[in-house]
Amino acid sequence: MAINYSEKIPNNVDLSGNKTLQRALEHWQPGFLNWWSEMGPDESTNFDVYLRTAISVEPKGWAHFDYVKMKDYRWGIFLAPAEPGRKINFGEHMGQPAWQEVPGEYRSTLRRIIVTQGDTEPASVEQQRHLGLTCPSLYDLRNLFQVNVEEGRHLWAMVYLLHAHFGRDGREEGEALLARRSGDADNPRILTAFNEKTPDWLSFFMFTFITDRDGKYQLAALAESGFDPLSRTCRFMLTEEAHHMFVGESGIARIVQRTCDAMKEHKTEDAAKLRGLGVIDLPTLQKYLNFHYSVTSDLYGSEISSNAASAYANGIKGRFEETKLTDDHKLHGSEYPYMEVVANQIVVKHAPALTALNERLRDDWVADVQAGVSRWNRIPEKAGIAFRFTLPHKGFHRRIGLFTEHHISPEGSILSEAEWTRQHASWLPTEEDRAYVCSLMGRVAEHGKFANWIAPPARGINNQPADFEYVRFN
Amino acid sequence: MNAPAELKRQHLIDPEICIRCNTCEEACPVDAVTHDSRNYVVKVELCNFCNDCISPCPTGAIDNWRRVAQPFSLEQQFSWDSLPPDSSPEVAGEGELPAEVQRITDIATQGQGGPTAPPWSAAHPYLNLYTLAKPAVASVSGNYRLTAPDTSSEIHHIVLDFGATAFPVLEGQSLGVIPPGMDASGKPHHVRLYSIASPRDGERPGYNNLALTAKRVTSDRDGKPVRGIASNYLCDLKKGDQVNVVGPYGASFLMPNHPGSSIMMICSGTGSAPMRAMTERRRRRMGLKEGGELWLFFGARTPGELPYCGPLLKLPQELIDVNLAFSRQPDQPKQYVQDLIRARGGDIARLLKDENAYIYICGLKAMEAGVNEAFADVCRNHGMDWAGVLPELKAASRYHVETY
Repeated sequence: MAINYSEKIPNNVDLSGNKTLQRALEHWQPGFLNWWSEMGPDESTNFDVYLRTAISVEPKGWAHFDYVKMKDYRWGIFLAPAEPGRKINFGEHMGQPAWQEVPGEYRSTLRRIIVTQGDTEPASVEQQRHLGLTCPSLYDLRNLFQVNVEEGRHLWAMVYLLHAHFGRDGREEGEALLARRSGDADNPRILTAFNEKTPDWLSFFMFTFITDRDGKYQLAALAESGFDPLSRTCRFMLTEEAHHMFVGESGIARIVQRTCDAMKEHKTEDAAKLRGLGVIDLPTLQKYLNFHYSVTSDLYGSEISSNAASAYANGIKGRFEETKLTDDHKLHGSEYPYMEVVANQIVVKHAPALTALNERLRDDWVADVQAGVSRWNRIPEKAGIAFRFTLPHKGFHRRIGLFTEHHISPEGSILSEAEWTRQHASWLPTEEDRAYVCSLMGRVAEHGKFANWIAPPARGINNQPADFEYVRFN
Repeated sequence: MNAPAELKRQHLIDPEICIRCNTCEEACPVDAVTHDSRNYVVKVELCNFCNDCISPCPTGAIDNWRRVAQPFSLEQQFSWDSLPPDSSPEVAGEGELPAEVQRITDIATQGQGGPTAPPWSAAHPYLNLYTLAKPAVASVSGNYRLTAPDTSSEIHHIVLDFGATAFPVLEGQSLGVIPPGMDASGKPHHVRLYSIASPRDGERPGYNNLALTAKRVTSDRDGKPVRGIASNYLCDLKKGDQVNVVGPYGASFLMPNHPGSSIMMICSGTGSAPMRAMTERRRRRMGLKEGGELWLFFGARTPGELPYCGPLLKLPQELIDVNLAFSRQPDQPKQYVQDLIRARGGDIARLLKDENAYIYICGLKAMEAGVNEAFADVCRNHGMDWAGVLPELKAASRYHVETY
């Protein structure tokens, strides 16, 4: 269905046919724009940015590129096309028609899930708002802004669901989403990882590679939902989410490339020497990977969770690619492995698959992160450099779940408090590491130029060259 | 039969750039995309080139095409770390035009002093992918008479389908048709060139087909009866017939693609084919609101002899300014395209000055002189000098002529 751009709020949900909802959202819109001007990308008001805007949700229509000022970006409400006769595909309601309205008994669960997902969207914009001032190139600046406006649109998607299906409660939640602030002591964002700072571009790339990938898996699980409006919303969001992971994966790959080039050119693996050359040594990249991987892993929640079990049994949140899996889609009597520390040993146990769904989604995500890391590893491999990136053990540096009370090394050994204190600086970024990375962050805004610590991309956006003028400052 | 192996067009994904986001697999309506733990790949037997996966791909990895004698298997694609080197034939064949094609091109572009560079924003054309020794085989999927049945001018719209054979074209390019059989002296017939009347994404969007506009030749320039070999062959084709095709040709008469660029098209008869292609390209992209104007000056003897007359008049006014000239209308003074150019002098002068406006002239040689004079008049009336303007237009690749 085409998106109606002549309306105040572009949408493909026939908003003008529901005047109450339209008024409610038009009332929310100025609040959103205020939030954007206050908490959106710093000092970007007048920039013309070469952005992708959806002009329809069909495959050919949603990737239209043009220069836009971000405040004029057409944020709106786009749902993937409805699947006629769609059924609930898992859980105890399996086989019934998908819900077009919220079932009363699941109202609070659904609201909590939507609010939690929605809260991460503005949070990441807030976390990233200063990065534009230190962009390594116009190309990267444009990619940052693309990520930001799409996070903004994802907030719209969630607020639409709240307004359309949750009445007054939904409207209040919509306001609260604009009121919380990432990192604020009094009114923080809901999830811990979204209150961390994104202080530099290395963190940004790691965040988009690892944490936005959590977003992908959460959205994919919600795209299976029996609540059809949520499913359709998430399906369209997934298409946009892919770009964010591309920014992260290719961003890190370009840093690795630049470092490997410098290592070869100067025939050195010495971190201090490489830092002298103004590139980021590979062990430091590994530490950032360890940090973002472990913090994001916590977002999946506890390995064993009755909430996850009931969300599945009730048809609210499915598994990744639920409809492609071939089992009973109810998980009766099946088990799933998880790890736990017992008597100072990490042992594999089995839990009912229904209660281990968080762990299962985490495992899907781990495999996907691992695939990306393996692709990074091709770069040193090609350059004849022995270094390889590895993912740390799942129990490493966890704050949520069964490993919370234990110190686990990246290799999976259980450590005493003293050993952890002695060693953690070699696994996680230290103040000194962060200070070094921050020292590299200077603004490169001349088109075709790239900061010294990162290689140019193999391809530009939308088949444009790398030296295209992706942002015009005016 | 011992025919040369047909080259197949194969859609591939660049594993070096792909981030495995699954968007293409999700987008593919025919489930032609699949993956293993290493690569995302395209099943050659299922992919129908609908391009639904292209724009959603965040990386551009999806946008890779090869012409291959033997398609890469899924196993091969799964094993790649990077795409194999491109040995598609345009690399080898580029630049070697058949003598006959060269001769026709030389004559056609005389009006502008030989081939010129295309507009700076023209897309990069594929050239000479198929040669006389190794032509592509297309099948006819439609053949319609465009001119009214009571007119002596018989112009046909012929749709050729290339199936799984790659024949990538741009608006303004032409192809060669080889009529079957031998001439009187027992040699194969000469190749004949026809402008392509469809935009780059197909006569039907997303399909591997294109249309030609061919006029049945029944007399020579002096009016003596003569049966044009290729034109009669084309006009008589039936659905399902196989046609040997060479090309594509043409690296100069190409449309600008940058937003805000304007196109002035002046044509007569089958010279409308490239204009139709360019207009259709712009029409399909109207929703993108890229700006720029389209102007058409099109001449024929009567409306019944004007190919595409009906569809032309249905085009939205905000897309194109259509000016039709008829020289044999009963009870009406003769009107030629040059008369209309003079009548719209103010706009013409504005476009001549606009560095984003490009001029295309296609049709009979006889038209050229009249159009030249009309431009000169317009310039005089607006304080410009055509003798100075024309070389500037040519130097900026803004003036393109193909007349025969």
